Amino acid sequence: MDIRSALFYIFASILLISAFRVITVKNTVHASLFLVLAFFQASGLFMLLDAEFLSITLVLVYVGAVMVLFLFVVMMLDVSVDNIRTGFWKHFPLAASLGAVVSLELAGVLMSGFRVGIVRPMTLPEGLPGAQSVEQMGNTKSLGILLYSNYLFPVEIAAVILLVAIVAAIALTLRARKDSKYQDPGEQIRVKPSDRLRIVRMDAVIEQPSKAEDTASTASSVPSTAPSNPPSTEKGKS
Amino acid sequence: MNVTLAHYLTVGSMLFALSIIGIFLNRKNLIVILMAIELELLSVNMNFVAFSHYLGDMQGQLFVFFILTVAAAESAIGLAILVLLFRNRSSINIDKLNILKG
Repeated sequence: MDIRSALFYIFASILLISAFRVITVKNTVHASLFLVLAFFQASGLFMLLDAEFLSITLVLVYVGAVMVLFLFVVMMLDVSVDNIRTGFWKHFPLAASLGAVVSLELAGVLMSGFRVGIVRPMTLPEGLPGAQSVEQMGNTKSLGILLYSNYLFPVEIAAVILLVAIVAAIALTLRARKDSKYQDPGEQIRVKPSDRLRIVRMDAVIEQPSKAEDTASTASSVPSTAPSNPPSTEKGKS
Repeated sequence: MNVTLAHYLTVGSMLFALSIIGIFLNRKNLIVILMAIELELLSVNMNFVAFSHYLGDMQGQLFVFFILTVAAAESAIGLAILVLLFRNRSSINIDKLNILKG
């Protein structure tokens, strides 16, 4: 057994164990951390298969972005652990038998029919700039040549899918808080003078001279000396 | 004994079976179901890369690239829906999601 076979068995066993822990562990945070471990093992397997660029991409995209997103959501939601596990053992016999059937069937078919041990040298399709020379060029460069020549249109579609994902994720989770105060620049620009300045038409207020003497002498004349136009000020206020 | 293509395909199939078991077991927790879907996509990626290596064709790795894109988009939208669901119903139990009466 050479070193590559040993590495394969190590990576594959840790991958399967951590995948098993992902689906059986009680705490969701632990589940996502085991999923991180599973992705690391899978990237090791990709490295064994000479797919260096995809291996690094798996670590960057999954462990760096997707799993951090999962961890954020798990810690934000605060799901109670206890009633999540009810019904776990009820579904266990069906799930275990179904999984055993699937894996045994697939393993039987694969181990008998796909004993390909010969590694053919990686090639690019005919007519591309670096055809038949992946070995000299390296994995990343040949992948890039293929990506931007034959598969340019799918790359554009993938970019559009990512854009749709961004817009959809933001639009789904965005909510306008009712108690937040903010400026509306459009409203500020569209404002007219009549919105801000109001000209109130009212009569001139004439100050009564020597009011103290008047109230002292004639108490009966107080209603007549009241301001003559309270309704206009009321109108201006409203 | 050298590692053949069948070894990698067997690992992929066992991973796929484990994730299907996970979907059946964790009926109460939508987050673990999303993680199981990620594991399924990982097993498919494993098959693609293994075939690409043993048959000597670069285009298998290219499809892994697109699967990664779609998986990232799927998990982002799935988690957004999950957050929205938790905000409205304060639970992520799948058995309680029967408001559509489907």
